[in-house]
Amino acid sequence: MGFAIQFVIDVLSLGGAYALMALGLVIIYGILRLVNFAYGELIMVAGYTMYLTSGSGLPWIMMAVFAVVMAVAFGIFTDYAAFRPVRAKSVTAVLITSFAFSNLLQNAALLFISPRPRNVPLPEIFSQTVSIGGAITPVRNLITIAASIVLLAAVAFLMRKTTLGIAMRAAATNFTMARMLGVPANLIISSAFALSGFLAGVVGILWIGRIGTVVPGIGLEPLLVAFIATVIGGMRSLSGAVFGGFLLALIDTTLNYTLSQDLLKFRDAFTFGLVILILLWRPEGLIRGPASGQRT
Amino acid sequence: MLDIRDLLVNYGTIRAVRGIGFNLAKGELVSLLGANGAGKSTTLKCIAGALKASGGSITLDGTNITSASPEQVVRAGLATVPETRDVFPDLTVSENLMLGAYIHRRDRAGNRDNLERVHNLFPRLAEREGQAAGTLSGGEQQMLVIARALMSRPSVLLLDEPSLGLAPAIVERIFEMIETLKRTGLTILLVEQNVNQTLAVADRAYIMRLGKIVASGTANEIRSTTDLSAHYLGG
Ligand SMILES: Nc1ncnc2c1ncn2[C@@H]1O[C@H](COP(=O)(O)OP(=O)(O)O)[C@@H](O)[C@H]1O
Ligand SMILES: [Mg+2]
Repeated sequence: MGFAIQFVIDVLSLGGAYALMALGLVIIYGILRLVNFAYGELIMVAGYTMYLTSGSGLPWIMMAVFAVVMAVAFGIFTDYAAFRPVRAKSVTAVLITSFAFSNLLQNAALLFISPRPRNVPLPEIFSQTVSIGGAITPVRNLITIAASIVLLAAVAFLMRKTTLGIAMRAAATNFTMARMLGVPANLIISSAFALSGFLAGVVGILWIGRIGTVVPGIGLEPLLVAFIATVIGGMRSLSGAVFGGFLLALIDTTLNYTLSQDLLKFRDAFTFGLVILILLWRPEGLIRGPASGQRT
Repeated sequence: MLDIRDLLVNYGTIRAVRGIGFNLAKGELVSLLGANGAGKSTTLKCIAGALKASGGSITLDGTNITSASPEQVVRAGLATVPETRDVFPDLTVSENLMLGAYIHRRDRAGNRDNLERVHNLFPRLAEREGQAAGTLSGGEQQMLVIARALMSRPSVLLLDEPSLGLAPAIVERIFEMIETLKRTGLTILLVEQNVNQTLAVADRAYIMRLGKIVASGTANEIRSTTDLSAHYLGG
């Protein structure tokens, strides 16, 4: 019993984090048909903001809010620096600028901060554990689950009930038509980058909360996770990305529980093997998004 | 109301529209006829701001909108219904209509009145309010894109082949609806291949062939003097 509860909590907390990462990536992809390779650096920005404000004496929650604000600001900045100038040009140009921007941010962190891990302040509660039905589990995991439920619900509300959200969904299926109805392209794109940055900021704090330190390359794993989750879930669908995140977490956690010690270091190889099988079976991803037109 | 002069539109090296000019007076229903590939849709997309003109000018009610963005054009009072019948398939009928009113989104009372007007024009859409637009029939989707364009309260409406691929009974309804809209004083540019039905409702018509306008006149003149089939079959 305790074991089962432990497993479910592990899957849900890892899955919640993965789902948020994937959602932040697919929101941009849905609208621009482009993967933002500088997405992981938004998590890095959130982490270093926490590190840099750690001596300020602010309450932790204020630092966290500030870190999220910085991730949002950098999200919007990514659009202006890497996407907007070349958006009308080729896909290749944008892919390269988004790689370059990612590298630039990482190298800035290397140069101006340090290649070595830096401590990020964490509240007491992140290192506490509780016992639920016999399973000892970090409170951090429960916070992650709660945060992902709240955020997924908030994003669902935004996308379904608000004019901005509905306009973003419309723009994701047919950008030109949305513009012909007066939906401003730049507003939609900036909103998507802001939302992406917001999700990256929150998930960044939760993610970094697992290790307590930030390094310049911290964003690579979240980017990879988000990318794989969206690919298996279906690049065009928001719910697909969330589903893909939880599925990937289920696979990872199951392998963690079942692989023997000496096989565990090859866990990612098993995960990717399964991902390849899923894609052979369903090349479009598991959840089809709406049929959609050209990239914009 | 709408004045097009020497309009040039290219796709790379393909010259799709080669210096055409035409105009619409307020409240007029003008038709642009021509075979497939004549450049009619290209002209409409360019007026709508979705394609850049390589030359010439587009003036709407005295304002130059030649290089305006699509969002600026609809704000200026010109709505476009493309031939591709672009409903947002995963959005419901009412969400589609709500986006049509995007530029008036703060005027809720006005939108409610306008929605009622649109529902009177297309009772079918009222019945299907909560349904995903992608699940509508072709005729219903056509009604939805026209209704959505009307939600922006345009003074000029561009319609690109609204009867394309629809059953005769539905085509009949669409043309009736176009006449109703004309009676409300809306200025309409109607692109069609359905010559007889179009000339029956249009005040004037222009005939396009290979990117140029080759004939123009009142509907009666076009009907009696132009050898339509030559322009069509030769298109
Ligand atoms: N996206 C495009 N790229 C290149 N050529 C195009 C494109 N769209 C249309 N054309 C060409 O432009 C010409 C006019 O097309 P179009 O405006 O669609 O004609 P119509 O609407 O009168 O059938 C045709 O020769 C067509 O092949
Ligand atoms: Mg056409």
